[in-house]
Amino acid sequence: MISYLEFEKPVAELQARISELRASAEGDGIDITAELQRLERKSQDLLKSTYASLSPWQKTQVARHPARPHFLDYVNSVFEDFVPLGGDRHYGEDQAILGGFARLGGRKVMLIGHEKGHDTQTRLKHNFGMGKPEGYRKAIRLMEMAGRFGLPVVTLVDTSGAFPGIEAEERGQAEAIARSTEACLALPVPMVATIVGEGGSGGAVALASAERVLMLEHAIYSVISPEGSASILWRTAEKAPQAAEAMKVTAQDLHQLGVIDRIVPEPVGGAHRDPQVTAEALAQAIGEELDALSGKTARQLRRMREDRFLGIGVGQPRRRLR
Amino acid sequence: MSWLTRVRNSLPFAPRRETPDNLWVKCPSCNEMLFTKEYEDNLSVCPRCNYHGRIGADARLNQLMDEGYELLPAPEVQEDPLKFRDSKRYTERLKQARAKNPHPDAFTAAVGTIVGQKAVVGVQDFMFMGGSMGMAVGAAFVAGAERALEEKCGFIVVTAAGGARMQEGILSLMQMPRATVMTRRLREAGLPYIVVLTDPTTGGVTASYAMLGDVHIAEPGALIGFAGQRVIQETIREQLPDGFQRAEYLHAHGMVDMVVPRRDLRTTLSTLLGYMQPAKAA
Repeated sequence: MISYLEFEKPVAELQARISELRASAEGDGIDITAELQRLERKSQDLLKSTYASLSPWQKTQVARHPARPHFLDYVNSVFEDFVPLGGDRHYGEDQAILGGFARLGGRKVMLIGHEKGHDTQTRLKHNFGMGKPEGYRKAIRLMEMAGRFGLPVVTLVDTSGAFPGIEAEERGQAEAIARSTEACLALPVPMVATIVGEGGSGGAVALASAERVLMLEHAIYSVISPEGSASILWRTAEKAPQAAEAMKVTAQDLHQLGVIDRIVPEPVGGAHRDPQVTAEALAQAIGEELDALSGKTARQLRRMREDRFLGIGVGQPRRRLR
Repeated sequence: MSWLTRVRNSLPFAPRRETPDNLWVKCPSCNEMLFTKEYEDNLSVCPRCNYHGRIGADARLNQLMDEGYELLPAPEVQEDPLKFRDSKRYTERLKQARAKNPHPDAFTAAVGTIVGQKAVVGVQDFMFMGGSMGMAVGAAFVAGAERALEEKCGFIVVTAAGGARMQEGILSLMQMPRATVMTRRLREAGLPYIVVLTDPTTGGVTASYAMLGDVHIAEPGALIGFAGQRVIQETIREQLPDGFQRAEYLHAHGMVDMVVPRRDLRTTLSTLLGYMQPAKAA
């Protein structure tokens, strides 16, 4: 049973009518196949047109949809032979950031990403995908190891942000994020990052400072959540839709700004409507990117990464207004 | 200037009088009324409660560097790349900030000497849109680091920021890896990178170049952290411990090397630079 988002209401209503028709037809013995087909087609068209023009705020809701595939779903649908590795060797094991060896269509990689969880129990276990310093330090450890064993690093980014809490601050959340970003930039092996759901601020950048950054079609990536930005700049979280619009958080906008390199298409109605199709598209995109990077030297890869970030937004400097 | 002063000064027959408005300042911490002159002579530190007041880029450079330093030109960047508007246009906010500030954005760098030792010093100014890190701040950081690489000298950055500049959206976030590229280059070149954390340093600035120094110095009482206190409180719904996210707290938790009062900063930096000479290439 799919849960509908607010803006999907017309589709939900159509679907409800189809179910009703089906139920009543069963008793009457009237043939309504043609009518059902017509309604199904209509529902599909409606879904398609709705998703073809999602607003940034609607995309935010799709990106956060509870049924959207997360890291552990992709571990099984995109990758094979995942060997989870745990712990930062300093303090603990953070279940918000997972990682380990894996294969992608025969290629050996180091896979790292945020896991949000899918029900109350797992959400608590994974702290809603909000990493703590030990999570980022684990990522650093795995990246360094990947470098030593010549394994390309693949990251799946999906976090509302790094955990804001007393113990996280105490143990140096900021330092852990900064070092993780630095570890990405220092990698002597290829790195491909994909924002699969929410790319929330520094907690996302720490795993996304790669030479190739991909985004799922309806994922979002931003400096602060639309709600957070709205409550600071508009002084009310209710302006989140405007904030999402103004901040340019969608894959399409970010591609235009040169912040991401490639958009991975999602099935009609979003990744959660057909996780298998999503996984196939993701596997293909990441695989192609890795192949294109293979054969590059450590020096070339670092240079690519540095040029990429130094060059963002530098396109056309304009006269300063004064 | 009060309206009365304005009227008085515009009268051709009345003797012009210097405005007395800024003769006194109130310490934001202990509320003591202080002579502005006395306060500024004390480097904008309250002589009564030792509160370290926020100061602008020029005041900071003058305090830290020897006379005759050279300001680096502010890099040209794309203005308002997102055409951002909340209750006000971003361009309008920039204009207002510039009207009140001698520099075009929140990061100003200079090259010169500190007690005779060559260094590039970059200063983030909280008075300019909360010191927030956008493309101009990122570009000025990069330019400062590049100059240090050219001069083969240390790079000292004095941080102060609420975080990333929201009006530049994702492009402000991209300044985190951008600055980190440069801190890595400095390290590879064997040049010292020293961070002086001042009140307040939070958000994306802390989570990038502010925490990647070879040495971290904090000013007493400075608020330094990743997440804002209100956000933390709303998330965990607990009372925050006393002194949470203050310089002394970070020192106790191993995140900064030392807490140094403003009057000793200059000599501390010069001592550090004396030790941190580029290693001779083998």
